[in-house]
Amino acid sequence: MRIGSTVNVAFRALRRNKLRSFLTALGIIIGVAAVIAMVGIGNGAKAQVEAQIASLGENVILIFSGSTTSSGIRTGWGNAGTLKIEDAEAIRREVPGVIAVSEEIRSTTQVAAGNQNWLTQVLGESADYLDIRQWQLADGASFTPQDVRSANKVCVIGRTTATQVFGNDNPVGQVLRIKNVPFVVTGVLTPKGLSAQGSDQDDVVIMPYTSAMKRVIGGTTLRSINVQVGDARSLPAAQQQIISLLRQRHNIRAGKDDDFTVRGQQEIADMATAQSKTMTVLLGAIAGVSLIVGGIGIMNIMLVSVTERTREIGVRLAVGAHGRDILSQFLIEAVALSSVGGIIGIAFGVGASKVLSVYQNWPTLISLSSIIVSFLFSAAVGIFFGFYPARKAAALDPIEALRYE
Amino acid sequence: MNNGTVVKLVDVHKTYRTGEMEVRAVRGVSLEIEGGEFVALMGASGSGKSTLMNILGCLDRPTTGQYFLDAADVSKLDRDKLADIRNSKIGFVFQNFNLLPRTSARENVELPLLYGPHRLTNAELRAKADAVLASVGLSGREEHYPSELSGGQQQRVAIARALINSPEVILADEPTGNLDSGTSIEIMGAFQQLNDRGITVVMVTHEPDIATYAKRNVVMRDGMVLNDLVVSERRKATTELRKRTDEHA
Repeated sequence: MRIGSTVNVAFRALRRNKLRSFLTALGIIIGVAAVIAMVGIGNGAKAQVEAQIASLGENVILIFSGSTTSSGIRTGWGNAGTLKIEDAEAIRREVPGVIAVSEEIRSTTQVAAGNQNWLTQVLGESADYLDIRQWQLADGASFTPQDVRSANKVCVIGRTTATQVFGNDNPVGQVLRIKNVPFVVTGVLTPKGLSAQGSDQDDVVIMPYTSAMKRVIGGTTLRSINVQVGDARSLPAAQQQIISLLRQRHNIRAGKDDDFTVRGQQEIADMATAQSKTMTVLLGAIAGVSLIVGGIGIMNIMLVSVTERTREIGVRLAVGAHGRDILSQFLIEAVALSSVGGIIGIAFGVGASKVLSVYQNWPTLISLSSIIVSFLFSAAVGIFFGFYPARKAAALDPIEALRYE
Repeated sequence: MNNGTVVKLVDVHKTYRTGEMEVRAVRGVSLEIEGGEFVALMGASGSGKSTLMNILGCLDRPTTGQYFLDAADVSKLDRDKLADIRNSKIGFVFQNFNLLPRTSARENVELPLLYGPHRLTNAELRAKADAVLASVGLSGREEHYPSELSGGQQQRVAIARALINSPEVILADEPTGNLDSGTSIEIMGAFQQLNDRGITVVMVTHEPDIATYAKRNVVMRDGMVLNDLVVSERRKATTELRKRTDEHA
């Protein structure tokens, strides 16, 4: 027949037992809500990581000094001192498309002002560094290329360092003692928040790399070089040129390994996104299990319902229902339960995500695709788990069913 | 209504096989029922009357023999075709009423229409059901659930459901089995009324006094027709009911 009548019949049957219908749908409600919320959290985390990667700056190539091996102990990237100031100069001069270069060294150092002291990250950079990172000053001014040439005792500090050392005072113009060398704070940076790895990017003192080499950290080699390219299309070419330039300058023969590492920002971003994607999949999978459990709940209730309603099925068959009318009735009941459950679950999931964002400060991101997919999935769960009970109902013999006690 | 032969069985056999055992429930029944008849099918349990009833109701097919319903051979039809025949030509009334629980009298009566060939609107369904309910004296009870109705009223809802598609024949299986004697007479009255309107009624019963409300009694034994006779002293439900009220007065 007459799918319209069957829909009518199915909804009448569901209305007849509202509590049971609701409890059956509850499994799906919870499952879909869990999927929406979990995937929302995962996507939110991914978006946050992507934002952090973007905060590294646009079209940036990072070159790290190679690692050293001494008595079999290998240090990490940036410690071998293979990158020279002249390498940075050469990149600036010779690689086309490069618009900014920053020589970088870093060290964890105790700093002090007045009677406060604080262990923080000291970065030596060129004057272009803040531009490359797209990092604005909240107050004061940055150090200048002149400061870099003269290795002046000036620095800008991050928000965390400012609060820890100067409290509520304005640090601009004040003296910060770094390894007992007095530096003048020329500016305070706007907060950048946590890095993709979870460290506080605002717990930092940034000074000319020349000053850092001469007065604080010592040494003459660079840990890394930050290079910014004018546009994204010239990025791969620039990366290749930097590699061949540095190999040539370091006299590395063909077939030998580089003594430095070049990382495009894209690679770093890909790595981080892959991680958060793994997390999203994991969360989604856990939530998906609850959705399947919800589906089994539907099958369970439908099976009980077929047994309990054997006589009803007998009457329907006796008054002229075909087997497939019964089949579609039970299927429609199952699908109606699961899709209504799915819609309610979507509402709950979106609500739960909003609550988590507001009260737990977790970033959540609900995508339309996750809503559509979980709705279709819940409907599919209804069809899948409703089919067996429905077929069982449709195969009943009317005489047996009518006689069933 | 058809006034020729409505039901014609020609040497119908029905054999069940349960494992090694072979049960010959019906062994060669030939029977003709004219339009407008009121037949009581009688017999002890195991006489084959229920099996014969299932065959008459197109719930089951004869193993051999032929069954003509309204001049069409239905003995070889498949499951779905039989369902369509049941929907359009047969109205069932059961011993235990078999109404859907938690479903209003009206929706119970509408049920066969939902499986019928015509797609009706809710308003049309409602109008038809209410009219049939009124014809069995249940106006005003349309919204009641079966649990809110007496046994006699429930059976009348079932009769209304059987009538909704204007069937060729009403098949009643022990329709008074679950009712007290007073209500049983009322229900027999309802059947007599339908029969007076020209509707063919076939009723299974094992109670001889209930059988006397019919016009013709067919008695079965061991899967065969033992007796087939016209009821000589037919009782009228209206008279019986009046007698009972007089006795109580």
